[in-house]
Amino acid sequence: MRNCIVVFLICLFWIAVPVTGFCASGAFGDRIFDPGKLKPKDSELKVETGEKAPGFTLPAISGESVSLADYQGRKNVLLTFIPAAWTPVCSDQWPGYNIAEPLFDAHDTVILGISTDNVPSLHAWTREMGDLWFDVLSDYWPHGETARKYGILRGDGTAERALFLIDKTGVIQFIHVSDINRRPDLEIIVKAMEELPGE
Amino acid sequence: MKHLIFCTAAVFILSTVFARDIPAEESICEQLLSITLQAPEKKTDVSYLGIEEAGSFRITDIPCDVLLVEIFSMYCPHCQKEAPNLNEFFRLLRNSDRFAERIKMIGIGVGNSAFEVNYFRKQYDIKFPMFPDQDFAIHKILGEVRTPYFIGIKFEKDGSTTVFLSETGPRGKPEVFFRDLIKRSGLE
Repeated sequence: MRNCIVVFLICLFWIAVPVTGFCASGAFGDRIFDPGKLKPKDSELKVETGEKAPGFTLPAISGESVSLADYQGRKNVLLTFIPAAWTPVCSDQWPGYNIAEPLFDAHDTVILGISTDNVPSLHAWTREMGDLWFDVLSDYWPHGETARKYGILRGDGTAERALFLIDKTGVIQFIHVSDINRRPDLEIIVKAMEELPGE
Repeated sequence: MKHLIFCTAAVFILSTVFARDIPAEESICEQLLSITLQAPEKKTDVSYLGIEEAGSFRITDIPCDVLLVEIFSMYCPHCQKEAPNLNEFFRLLRNSDRFAERIKMIGIGVGNSAFEVNYFRKQYDIKFPMFPDQDFAIHKILGEVRTPYFIGIKFEKDGSTTVFLSETGPRGKPEVFFRDLIKRSGLE
């Protein structure tokens, strides 16, 4: 009887827990894997605003390698880490940034999208979003090294849903680590860009 | 064995209770009629909707025979692609002597903040009013439909309402959708 009650309670929990990471967009059809509600944060930041951003060079889905240093002295950079391709929330994040290019242009800012997925997976997934104007980088190998440097690598090898706005001198001006189950509002990014030095 | 049967039956019953399937059209209609929206800030939107300038309103407050609701998200690639088609559909509607006042149209941006909805409207030059549903509250009561999703509600003369359209996906050519909407609504 005790085992039955345990099984029943587990089933009840599974049924009753609301799924907050629903992918609303029909663009991905039924190809989205829903991991359910996840622990909101599972890492400890290793960087702060006002610090020099850790450098990195990562392979992009374009086939080239992209370094943070490429933009030093030229552009502000928004790093947008997402946990995983083909999952809810993530699939409803970058397509919005894709139509917000004028907002980023207005603040001389480029986006670098980063995930710990490998390049082929990221390529297949982002093709569903149309033609992205920004680079998408793979932090797959050494696994999650860049996410680890920033202190946003979760225990399961995915990255947090995190934003880092880095100015043209390479200094971090804004950090936002979201609850992994929720997409950050575009407005907080725009406000952060408005507060960049020299704006 | 009896315990196992009891557990299985209990789980089945609870699964049914908590099922998140898309509601039936009657249910969608009922849920939509129950929601309240904040009156828009733009005077042209208020004027178009024919509602009070401040506070909240229900969709039944909009004086029209048919209301078309688009459930969208600025983060949805299909909604982005659909925007120009819906603009053309809205232009056809507004230019129609017979239906401009009888058919009204609104959008509800699921998971979108007011900032995001406004940006989407500006980016695609969308003329019909759009409302944010930032915490997915409306999306949840509609059964978490996939976007873009379209709901057509007809307000009958006897005070009853019917949902004649409840479908996901792009609407196709604007002029075809325009004719189809009029036909399905029974206005013609």
